[in-house]
Amino acid sequence: MEIRTNHLTKKYRKEVALDDLSFQLSGDKIVGLLGKNGAGKTTLMRLLAGHFAQTNGEMLINQESPFNNYSLSKNICLIMESNNFHDKFTVKDILKISSKFYPYWDKEYAEELREVFRLKPKKKVKTLSKGMYSALGIIVGLASNSPITIFDEPYIGLDAAFRSTFYDLLLESYERNPRLIILSTHLIDEVSKLFEEVVILQEGTLLLHESVDDLANKHILLSGNKEEVEQFASNKNVIHETSMLGQKTVVLYDETITDPAGLKVSRASLQELFVYLTKEEVKRHARAN
Amino acid sequence: MTERLKEDQPIFQQIAEMIETTIVEGELQASDKIPSTNEFAKHYQINPATAAKGINLLVNQEIIYKKRGVGMFVSEKARDIVIKKRKEQFYDQYVQPMLKEATRIELSEEQLTKWIKEVYNRGN
Repeated sequence: MEIRTNHLTKKYRKEVALDDLSFQLSGDKIVGLLGKNGAGKTTLMRLLAGHFAQTNGEMLINQESPFNNYSLSKNICLIMESNNFHDKFTVKDILKISSKFYPYWDKEYAEELREVFRLKPKKKVKTLSKGMYSALGIIVGLASNSPITIFDEPYIGLDAAFRSTFYDLLLESYERNPRLIILSTHLIDEVSKLFEEVVILQEGTLLLHESVDDLANKHILLSGNKEEVEQFASNKNVIHETSMLGQKTVVLYDETITDPAGLKVSRASLQELFVYLTKEEVKRHARAN
Repeated sequence: MTERLKEDQPIFQQIAEMIETTIVEGELQASDKIPSTNEFAKHYQINPATAAKGINLLVNQEIIYKKRGVGMFVSEKARDIVIKKRKEQFYDQYVQPMLKEATRIELSEEQLTKWIKEVYNRGN
C-alpha cells in the first residue's frame, strides 16, 4: 500500500489541524507517528481511514481517496483511544461485526486474542474497564489483518504487563502478515524499538520523516570539557545543551559529524530527540512572539 | 545472548556484538544455526528490520552465512575473524580508557603492571 498526501489541509471551523502536509509512506513496515498534543496526529489518521474529508489538498492511498470509498477503506483499520465501538454491543457482537467489515479478518486469531486478554464474550462494551476496552481495540486491530493497520494510543488503561503483551503480539502478527502498521503514541521510550520509521508532526506540519537508523546517524550526543565541547559545537545545529561542573553535554542534529577526539560520543534516545526537537520549536515560537 | 539492550548505542550494532561474543565464547560454533531475525525481534521486542541489519553486518564480514530458505549459520572462520577484529579494537576500547583513568587517579605504572602480571600468572 502507498500513502501519499499532497498539501493536505484540514480545518475544523477556524482551527487548522493539518496545514499543507505533504509526505509519502509505503511498503510493509512499522511506523511511529509522533507529535505533541494537538500536532494533528489523530486528524491525519482519521483522514487515512476515510472518516471525513479534508478541507484542501489530497489524501491518496494507492492513488485513490479513502473518503466515501468502501472498496478502499475496508483495507484500513483504525483503532482509536475511544469511540471505536457502540456501547450497547457485546464483545461477541463486536468481533462478529468486525469479521463482516474487514475482508482479511482472522476469526480463530481473534478468539485466541480474546482469551489472551481474558475478555468475556457476553460482556457489554459499556461495562468494560478502560483497559479491557483498549484490549478489545487491540484484538480487532490485530485480527483485522488490514493492509494498513493504525493504532492511535491503543493502550489507555492497560497495565505495563498487558502493554508488553501487545508489543509481542504486534511483532508476531507482523511476522505472519507483514503490512503497513502505524502506531501513534506518547510512550515513546516503550515502543521506539518497534519502529522502522518515524513521522513527527508539529502544529499540523511535518517536522521530520526518517528511518530510525538515519535518525540515529543524524545526531550525536557529546560530552566533555566545556571549552572543548563549545569549540566543537560552534556553528553546528545544537538542539540541546546542559552544563554542570565544568562539563558540558550537547546534542547536535542534522550534521555530517566526524568523531571529535577527546570528547565522549553517545546517542540520545528517540524520546529525548523528540523532546529536544519539538521543544526547540516552542522556544523559537516564544522568541518570535 | 540474554544481555539487555543499552540506550546509547545503535541496537543493530548491539545485536551484532552479542552474536560475536557468543561465537568467541564458543557457545555458538562453526556451522551452528543462529536464531532468525524474527526470533531476535521477538526476544528483544525490536523491529525485525533492525535485527536483520545487525545480522547483515556479520554476513558482510563473513562471520555468518545465509542458506536460502534454511536459515543463518556461523561460518568456518567466524571465530578467527571476530578475534582478529576485537584485538585490533582492544587498545582503543579498553587500554586507552583504562590508562586515562589510571593517570587521572595517579595510579603508578608499577601497580598497574603488578595487577596485569597477577592475572596472567594465575593462568588466565
